[in-house]
Amino acid sequence: MTEAPLLQLDGVSKSFGAVAALVRADLALEAGSIHALVGENGAGKSTLVKIIGGLYQRDGGEFTLEGESVDFHSTRDAKEAGIAVIYQEPTLFPDFTVAENIFVGRQPYTKLGLLDRAKMRRETRELTQRLGVPIDPDREARGLSIADQQVVEIAKSISVGAKVIIMDEPTAALSGVEVDRLMGIARQLRDEGKGLIFISHRFDEVFSLCDTITVMRDGTYIATNTTTETTEDAIIRQMVGRSVENLFPKQETTVGEAVLEVTDLTSVGVFENVSFTVRSGEIVCFAGLVGAGRSEIARAVFGVDRYDSGSVRIGGKAVPPKNPAAAMRLGMGFVPEDRRKQGLAMDAGVQSNITLAIRDSLSKFGFITSSLEEPSARTWASRLQVKTHALDTEASMLSGGNQQKVVLGKWLATQPSILIVDEPTRGIDVGTKAEVHRLLSELAGTGVAVLMISSELPEVLGMADRVLVVREGRITAEIAREQATPENVMYAATHAPADNSTETAA
Amino acid sequence: MSQATLTPSSAPVPAPAERQYQRHDKPLWRRTLLRTESAIILAIVLLLVIATFTVPFFAQPYTYQTMILNSAPVLLMLLPVTLIIITGDIDLSVGSVLGFSSAIFGLAFQAGIPIGVAAVLGVLAGGLVGVLNGVLVTIVGLPSLAVTIGTLALFRGIAVGLLGTTSVTDFPTDITRAMTAPLGGLPVPVVTLAIVVLALLFGALLHFTPFGRGVFAIGQSPENAAFSGVRVNRTRLILFVMSSLVAGATGVYFTLQYSNAIGTNGFGFELQVVTAIVLGGVSIWGGRGTILGALAGGVLIAALNKTLQLAGIGSDTISIVTGAALIFSVVVASVAGFISRRRRSKATAVVAVGT
Repeated sequence: MTEAPLLQLDGVSKSFGAVAALVRADLALEAGSIHALVGENGAGKSTLVKIIGGLYQRDGGEFTLEGESVDFHSTRDAKEAGIAVIYQEPTLFPDFTVAENIFVGRQPYTKLGLLDRAKMRRETRELTQRLGVPIDPDREARGLSIADQQVVEIAKSISVGAKVIIMDEPTAALSGVEVDRLMGIARQLRDEGKGLIFISHRFDEVFSLCDTITVMRDGTYIATNTTTETTEDAIIRQMVGRSVENLFPKQETTVGEAVLEVTDLTSVGVFENVSFTVRSGEIVCFAGLVGAGRSEIARAVFGVDRYDSGSVRIGGKAVPPKNPAAAMRLGMGFVPEDRRKQGLAMDAGVQSNITLAIRDSLSKFGFITSSLEEPSARTWASRLQVKTHALDTEASMLSGGNQQKVVLGKWLATQPSILIVDEPTRGIDVGTKAEVHRLLSELAGTGVAVLMISSELPEVLGMADRVLVVREGRITAEIAREQATPENVMYAATHAPADNSTETAA
Repeated sequence: MSQATLTPSSAPVPAPAERQYQRHDKPLWRRTLLRTESAIILAIVLLLVIATFTVPFFAQPYTYQTMILNSAPVLLMLLPVTLIIITGDIDLSVGSVLGFSSAIFGLAFQAGIPIGVAAVLGVLAGGLVGVLNGVLVTIVGLPSLAVTIGTLALFRGIAVGLLGTTSVTDFPTDITRAMTAPLGGLPVPVVTLAIVVLALLFGALLHFTPFGRGVFAIGQSPENAAFSGVRVNRTRLILFVMSSLVAGATGVYFTLQYSNAIGTNGFGFELQVVTAIVLGGVSIWGGRGTILGALAGGVLIAALNKTLQLAGIGSDTISIVTGAALIFSVVVASVAGFISRRRRSKATAVVAVGT
């Protein structure tokens, strides 16, 4: 080693009370490189990031920046030392303009002592142009997409001279194009000599973007790999401590009768003339960009949102609009996109959550008690391997993956004939992801019709029997499993049907 | 499980063992004793014991008789309002509905309508206010706080306007006397029976029916409730109507108890109702609470009032004591919540590392 790395952690530990969140974390970040930090939920990545960012103080171990030992007592210390953290949900002031957000706390003044707005605007424009994403400096942060807000955060961090930029799951809420743009920015920052730490659950991004990959498990450093010399399987093995043989365990099923039939569904300004069927035993995936209208269609089909015209049928029976209870009686289940707000009562226990959607069928003579709910809760918690020791543990206490299992259990308990799952694996670790995939696959194997919405292309390609591409509120392509490739799905998602050259365009 | 799990492609982990779960996180004594309801009931018992030995003339049936008569309207009306508060809404119009129902009942009786029919008209008049509240909150989508403050003022105005400065007092004495008569040979008035029956009904509705599960779900997360098939707006509408029907019936009862139909009947009762409910551990943010707690809160306030009154302490002091008790209870509840959250966040960290 000729020169000290830009940032180095050696044997860093951190405990909360008697609980060790980090046992021994090592990390060496070189200037001019992108370093991936991967691990399952609870592996200690976030704790590590918070120590680097000055939010927590380490209990032990070495932390050096450009060879100098450092001790941050606040996030301010870390920022002054040149460390910037970009979170999944940016933390801009919504009422401030882009320029004001970038210069907040260090606004330039004119000779007369007035705010130098012209200078703020000019520098903001230069910064965002340098990142290749020009953003109007006078726009309020409120109206910006998450992707644009991240760009503003990045612009802010380089304008204060950050040397180390940490991106904590920045792509989780981004669409494909936005991810590409962010990766472009990351590469440019690397080429300018900055050191980047990139945290993501998506392996395709990690492998295409990062130079080195450090794996953590249970608060402990496991290994650092050079990307070009390792494989996805090897990384997954390091992460889970065992081999996940198949992330997409798709099993053969016999496709039967049409279960869900949607005809000419239209909600003015949201989606238009959407028609499709999902058959028994089949997994149909809605692919497309974030904002293409996929969730909106699903929500209208289930009856949470209204629609203007068209019809929804389950097994030939018409589903009344705007009435989820009726859709549920006809056999529809819906695992929503936002599990914290839409899928769970976070303050309620595992049992109440699992049995909420089946409260009517569990009741006897119109009455329901905790004892009547308990067997179902136990059955579904156990079948989904929810990690909790008691059935009345509040949902907010569970990890993201376990929360998602509770939501799935809640809907499997309704024994649906058609289950809609909206982003079922967003933000959950690879082990749980594989479990969810296996579950959906088994479910289809038992004859349930599954409609899945996913923004992760590998998931779509790995799980779908049929891919329906949604673009600007319309289904623009239908691609069978055998024909589906990343290229033709992305092409259909980003091009108008007129110049859609995929052979199977609908 | 099914054969499918045995195929190599679908077995990322070895077939998992059956997981065991405890039914409850905490032992029974902690779940029953360490809650607001138990603390309030303990406070009631302590208060009654102390009052019996220290306050002159407290230990006699007449004390309990008047204690219940005085607090009966609040104890009745707080039952449905508890459900409303658990959904995250509020109904501040109940005191005015009582007065409105009283005025309609009095006018109808004065006009020569048979007293039974007049009573039904009074109750239905109350129910109509509930329909108005419910429609404005659910279909128009206005906040219940604003809507029911509006109907509070509106129907108090109408009630006072209908009767002017007059009041109807010539109700048949056999009926009015029956209202305050003791229940069987017990030292409590007949209205106690109504309170107990309604409390059991609303308790069962809230805690032991699918409808009640929906009420809690709405309070915990309206969006999640809607996604789980709870008819959110219908539930809220039904509760507003129930609340006003009970307030309307209370208005008829109140009129007969004092043999006086006047537009100012029940003035300010809405605040006593909300105070009792919050004192009893029902979260003003919705999602948490019990009928038992709300009722105990109402009884504690009634017992405090009676004790202080018999001890010769003025009504301003009574109001200070009630206010202080409410603030104390809310502060204790939120401090306890803060402590248990901190303890749990440490516990979560164990789980997170353990997985």
